[in-house]
Amino acid sequence: MKTDIEPTSSTAPPQDRARGTGRLGDKIFLGLSRGSGILLLAIMAAIAVFLTIRAISAISEDHGNFLTTFEWNTTSRPMVFGIAVLAYGTIVSSIIAMLIAVPIAVGIALFISHYAPRRLATPVAYVIDLLAAVPSIVYGLWGALFLVPHLTGLYQWLDDYLGWTKLFEYNDGAPRSLFTIGILLAIMIIPIVTSVSREVFRQVPQMHEEAALALGATRWEVVRMSVLPFGRSGIISASMLGLGRALGETMAVATVLSPSYDIVPSLLDPGGGTFAQNIAAHFKEADGPARDALIASGLVLFVITLLVNGAARLIIARRKEYSGAAA
Amino acid sequence: MKLQRNNRLRAIAAGALALSGALVLTACGSDDNSGSSGGNGTKAAGDIKCEGKGQLLASGSSAQKNAMDLWVKNYGGACKDVKINYKATGSGAGIQEWLQGKTAFAGSDSALKPEEVASSKKMCKGGGQGINLPMVGGPIAVGFNVPGVDKLTLDAKTLALIFDSKIKKWNDEAIKKLNKGVSLPDLKIQAFHRSDDSGTTDNFTKYLKAAAPSAWPHEPGKAWAGSGGQAADGSSGVSSQVKQVSGAISYFELSYATASSIKTVDLDTGASAPVQATVDNASKAIAEAKIKGTGKDLALDLAYDTKAEGAYPITLVTYEIACDKGNKSDTLAATKSFLTYVASEDGQASLKDLGYAPLPTEIATKVRESVASLS
Amino acid sequence: MSNAVIDKTELAGDAPRPALRQPRLPKWAPIGLALISAGLGCGIGVAGDLSSKVQWGLIAAALFVLISFALTAKVEGSRQAKDRLATSLIWVCFLLAVIPLVSLIWETIDRGSKVLDGYFLGHSMEGVQTILPGGGAYHAIIGTLEQVGIATAIAAPIGLLTAIYLVEYGRGRLAKAVTFFVDVMTGVPSIVAGLFILTFWIIILDFDYSGFAGAMALAILMMPIVVRSTEEMLKLVPNELREASLALGVPKWRTILKVVLPTAIGGIITGVMLAVARIAGESAPIVLLVFGAQGINNNPFEGAQSSLPYYVYEQWQLGNDASFNRAWAAALVLIAFVMILNLLARGIARWKAPKTGR
Repeated sequence: MKTDIEPTSSTAPPQDRARGTGRLGDKIFLGLSRGSGILLLAIMAAIAVFLTIRAISAISEDHGNFLTTFEWNTTSRPMVFGIAVLAYGTIVSSIIAMLIAVPIAVGIALFISHYAPRRLATPVAYVIDLLAAVPSIVYGLWGALFLVPHLTGLYQWLDDYLGWTKLFEYNDGAPRSLFTIGILLAIMIIPIVTSVSREVFRQVPQMHEEAALALGATRWEVVRMSVLPFGRSGIISASMLGLGRALGETMAVATVLSPSYDIVPSLLDPGGGTFAQNIAAHFKEADGPARDALIASGLVLFVITLLVNGAARLIIARRKEYSGAAA
Repeated sequence: MKLQRNNRLRAIAAGALALSGALVLTACGSDDNSGSSGGNGTKAAGDIKCEGKGQLLASGSSAQKNAMDLWVKNYGGACKDVKINYKATGSGAGIQEWLQGKTAFAGSDSALKPEEVASSKKMCKGGGQGINLPMVGGPIAVGFNVPGVDKLTLDAKTLALIFDSKIKKWNDEAIKKLNKGVSLPDLKIQAFHRSDDSGTTDNFTKYLKAAAPSAWPHEPGKAWAGSGGQAADGSSGVSSQVKQVSGAISYFELSYATASSIKTVDLDTGASAPVQATVDNASKAIAEAKIKGTGKDLALDLAYDTKAEGAYPITLVTYEIACDKGNKSDTLAATKSFLTYVASEDGQASLKDLGYAPLPTEIATKVRESVASLS
Repeated sequence: MSNAVIDKTELAGDAPRPALRQPRLPKWAPIGLALISAGLGCGIGVAGDLSSKVQWGLIAAALFVLISFALTAKVEGSRQAKDRLATSLIWVCFLLAVIPLVSLIWETIDRGSKVLDGYFLGHSMEGVQTILPGGGAYHAIIGTLEQVGIATAIAAPIGLLTAIYLVEYGRGRLAKAVTFFVDVMTGVPSIVAGLFILTFWIIILDFDYSGFAGAMALAILMMPIVVRSTEEMLKLVPNELREASLALGVPKWRTILKVVLPTAIGGIITGVMLAVARIAGESAPIVLLVFGAQGINNNPFEGAQSSLPYYVYEQWQLGNDASFNRAWAAALVLIAFVMILNLLARGIARWKAPKTGR
């Protein structure tokens, strides 16, 4: 049934033709394409350099400790600001989002690729792809007007049974907390993670699955033994793509979260903040130095994404070397 | 089978093309909204004197956005040669852009700070500097959502305690005392404030500080300094929360309360009767203000603690900021002509329906003098 | 109630009992169980006076998973039970995710269709008092088309050439570095891209806010997506084609242009279109960079522009019924735009897809 071409090793171009033939056209073309590659590297470097330049001038005017201060006051002088709350909020909400989104997204991807009746799978796949492109501001409006009012009951219930953990304590009030943000971000990134994982699952060699089936494996055993191991690196990179969006999501968080500049022990109570939301909240009234302070926080966000992504790529690279699944 | 699928796809593609074609067809879009309900009612204002031409860029305070929309519409209806583009970016960004020479004037919720005046001397040619021209005022309403309560009176001290999370229940003694005969529920108070920096927060906290210094220990400013409570983004954010959440209270420009039909608090200022948040009452409070600027600068010192009869003291006055001397020559004529219209009786009177308070006569006269002498 | 089900199923399983076949639950069992647990969920919800429908759904879902696991374990054995558990979990995942997503789309269509008409598509907000109904999103549509167009014009060639470099020439350290950073770049948050252009273009180089500034930020977000998808497509081109062309003495660059690219063009265009769809809804960098305008500005290089995501944000900020209607309508236009691009991309992909036979 599959009409796609399998990316087998025989179709990968050999790598020993880099020199070309020394003709002028070849030189120009090689120069152009290599230049583009270098340009991409240059852009990444430029992002780091320019943000750093502004960040340094801001941090030198900071009368708090940039890393540990909770406050963000840049409208009065001297400025006092720090990223502690923002870093906490960004990381916590993203972790919640990933914990919810990745299992569900992998589930949906498996549903589409291995479980759903074909007539259902195609439209579902299409709708999911479409949702990957719904603008984040729309998720924000939907979250503020629809999701938040529907969460009160759930939170009360969590508080009743898990309130003793302190993490899930909930005092009544509009539930516009980091946990809500986590749920909203999860809903936002499920489509992306799903569509990328689905592509990966579809490329699992049919032979592996048929072999497992022939040995009498149930459908779940096929999935567990041949599909998931093959797709593991793909799932990780899909998750990273989602994580990137979750870490940097601005408008949806700004419309839904009730920010404050302290770390609230309970995940269900309003408070906290994220880097991107903080930038959106202060940008309009920011004068020169205040804007630099926001840029400095943006730099921290950039560094965090860089670290997380870099680590993920390294894991994937290592996995690829040792597992036979890619062959 | 394959053939059929291809045909269906082609049909889909054709449909998609047709749809996008329909979008392209609207390429004859237009800026002319005079036919629609939001765009009609252009007055043939007789006393608008058109001068200059070209594009006039300005940016700043979002609190005066609705007023600007109306002024720009009326002015544009009379003067076809001038195209005014006011962008509600926020006061900070507006001043910033004006200081960089990118706009002709800035709109701001607060007067220029000393260091901003200093840097304006670089921008204004020939020894000029930036001056503040008050143009429009407005009441900041305190909206509430308490089931079963239609009318609520509070004073500065209770407001300060509520917004600082010291008073936590609607049936608190302090509130009961001010509202005899009103049955207040045993409901948690949810005070909402702005999560973004804003001139509304600045003026509201200045009021709390001036009228109830003992109950409000925080420094007033554009960023919220009180403790506790919830935050939301923008006036629209806080007002939609008040509408949604039972037990909520927050502050926003009166127009937001009217737009979402939110009930507003009457203020017990010490005058004989509690004062309602209305446009007229705000004008009365603005009339109590003292001019603290010197020369052509008309920065106002608002009387937040006024006890005058019927004066609603939580007000916001927004300024237009321009150079007294040495405005950019290519936009000077248009700027002067536009600001003259804005400060004129016609320009001021048209604002009432939008929830703005026209300037009191005395101040308006001075503004007109200052505008006339811009060079 | 559930006893009856078990009795029946055991009957169904027991009757023939061929030696080599395990007993099976009847085919309608999952549907029946789903109905039963939905009923129970609602029952518990009503009885326990749980206010949130979300809880009802969660309870029903949990019941469904538990009952079907227990039942299968009893009737069919533990391996089958695990399989059944996985199947029901996956169905639950699907339903859990589909509910909010469908509600999102429904909400947008429902609220957006109120003011969406020809007038809305054909007019700007120039001279409209924002608290009254009227006006439209034409200026924002133009802004989005131009900004996304420019972003594509920048990002597509660069992305394409980079992918060609990686697939056709790349080896050694540079290629490895580029691959690594392209991957990392896919994770760059949109607001960071916006801040970068703000610092570089507007603060340091002192240019004005413009549609072009927004387009540059979008291009940064788009490039890595284009590189990745193009790379995949180029790798799919059979090597024999390249070798045949080279063997005929065609220079390498002509081989790439005339043989490799045309073979992969369908997939490449799809990739670019999907990348466009993904950036069209970006609001954060646009809010920082294009400034927003009420009137039509056809020139993306000078003066303030608007764009659909910005327009939605702006109208939401205005906070009255008329502006909320406009916000939802603009959101609907944006989604329709993305959907059209998606459909086009799929159409092209099927039409131009490399033929499977060699």
